[in-house]
Amino acid sequence: MISDLLKYTSMLVVLVLLQVLLLNNIQFSGYVNPYMYVLFILLLPFETPRYLLLLLGFLIGLLVDIFSNTPGMHASAATFMAFVRPYTISLISSRDSIEVSIPPRLKTMGFGWFLRYTIILVLAHHLFLFFIEIFSMSGFLHTLTRSLLSTVFTVILIVISQFLIFKE
Amino acid sequence: MRSLLQFLARNSFLFLFLALEVVSMILIVNYNNFQRVKFLNSSNRISASIYKTTDDFTAYFKLRKENEELANENARLRTKLQKLQVAEIFGSLDTTRKDTTYQFIPARVINNSVNKQYNYLTINKGALDGIEPDMGIIGPRGVVGVVTNVTDHYSSGPSLLNKRWRVSAKIKKNAYFGSLSWDGSDYQYAQLNEIPFHVELAKGDTIITSGYSSIFPEGILLGVIDDFNHNSGANFYQIKVKLSSNFKTISNVELVKNKHIKEQEKLEILNNND
Repeated sequence: MISDLLKYTSMLVVLVLLQVLLLNNIQFSGYVNPYMYVLFILLLPFETPRYLLLLLGFLIGLLVDIFSNTPGMHASAATFMAFVRPYTISLISSRDSIEVSIPPRLKTMGFGWFLRYTIILVLAHHLFLFFIEIFSMSGFLHTLTRSLLSTVFTVILIVISQFLIFKE
Repeated sequence: MRSLLQFLARNSFLFLFLALEVVSMILIVNYNNFQRVKFLNSSNRISASIYKTTDDFTAYFKLRKENEELANENARLRTKLQKLQVAEIFGSLDTTRKDTTYQFIPARVINNSVNKQYNYLTINKGALDGIEPDMGIIGPRGVVGVVTNVTDHYSSGPSLLNKRWRVSAKIKKNAYFGSLSWDGSDYQYAQLNEIPFHVELAKGDTIITSGYSSIFPEGILLGVIDDFNHNSGANFYQIKVKLSSNFKTISNVELVKNKHIKEQEKLEILNNND
């Protein structure tokens, strides 16, 4: 239990730092911003209480906000993503395939499941974020394109990271 | 009450989510300029349309009263005009410095610069001559600067060519006001900010002080519009103003003393307490 706490805390710190120090500086042609810190919300264990999920989502979003001077924007998007997560899991999994004891990882859940899981949640987060950022429906297609392209990029980063770092 | 609590408990996930989103939105609207402007604009549009509709209705009922007031005003103005015409005939009108709020003290600039980002000037009058901080400095061709530091015989302060200082300015022909600031590049030009897009501008329009700042009286010359454009995405014009004063040759100035400055500031502090 304590080791879990330590593990997820360090994951939170590492992902926030990675996001604000490295990834925030990547902007291809003003379109693509990868937001990889959302990986934290993806990797939380299945048995995480739902209220904790929301609070943790809010927390990591707020941390990213504080470092990138956008109070509230990432917090709201990450909270939204945490809100959608339980519904996504029940949508893409058959009832008995989820064992609460194992965490949602690429290795444990299989590539197909993990990819669907990642794409849906990252897309939800990015759409929310980019529309909050522009704060209107004008330029709808432009914002949509930005969200989709960034989603592709973030998903690729997340999948690669699963193969490389979080092998355990 | 109990069923309400049960309802809240059953949907606690949803309500926590909504609460966190509300917190986020408050943060966004309070701390992000872009979203704040958008939010205020749209809420203003809604309230404005409601006000306009109400006003369209009630205006009819007020017409009679309005007419009476206008007639009264006409009568009042006519009497005034009569008096003025009489006065003019007898030449007893004193047109010099009628406004006694401001007192002017002549002085000379003894040190000045134009080539730094923060330019200051020094003046040969000080506390013994009645100079105080926050007095405006006016040259023969308009605003020059403001006094911030005073010794017994000298005083100094930022000139208009100082990036830390800005003047409340307005366009003479239509009275829209904004603030004039210097961007640190050319000593002949400054920038007028915060003029919204719907204002009609032309090159050569005169820019004068607005009189809102209690440092300068209204109507002191600042410059003329040299060029303007509006960038897409910005809410205000970018206006380049050719300054009327030549800061390289400035020497004789007048210091403006606002006799009512304490009174005005005291009054405005009351507003800040709200």
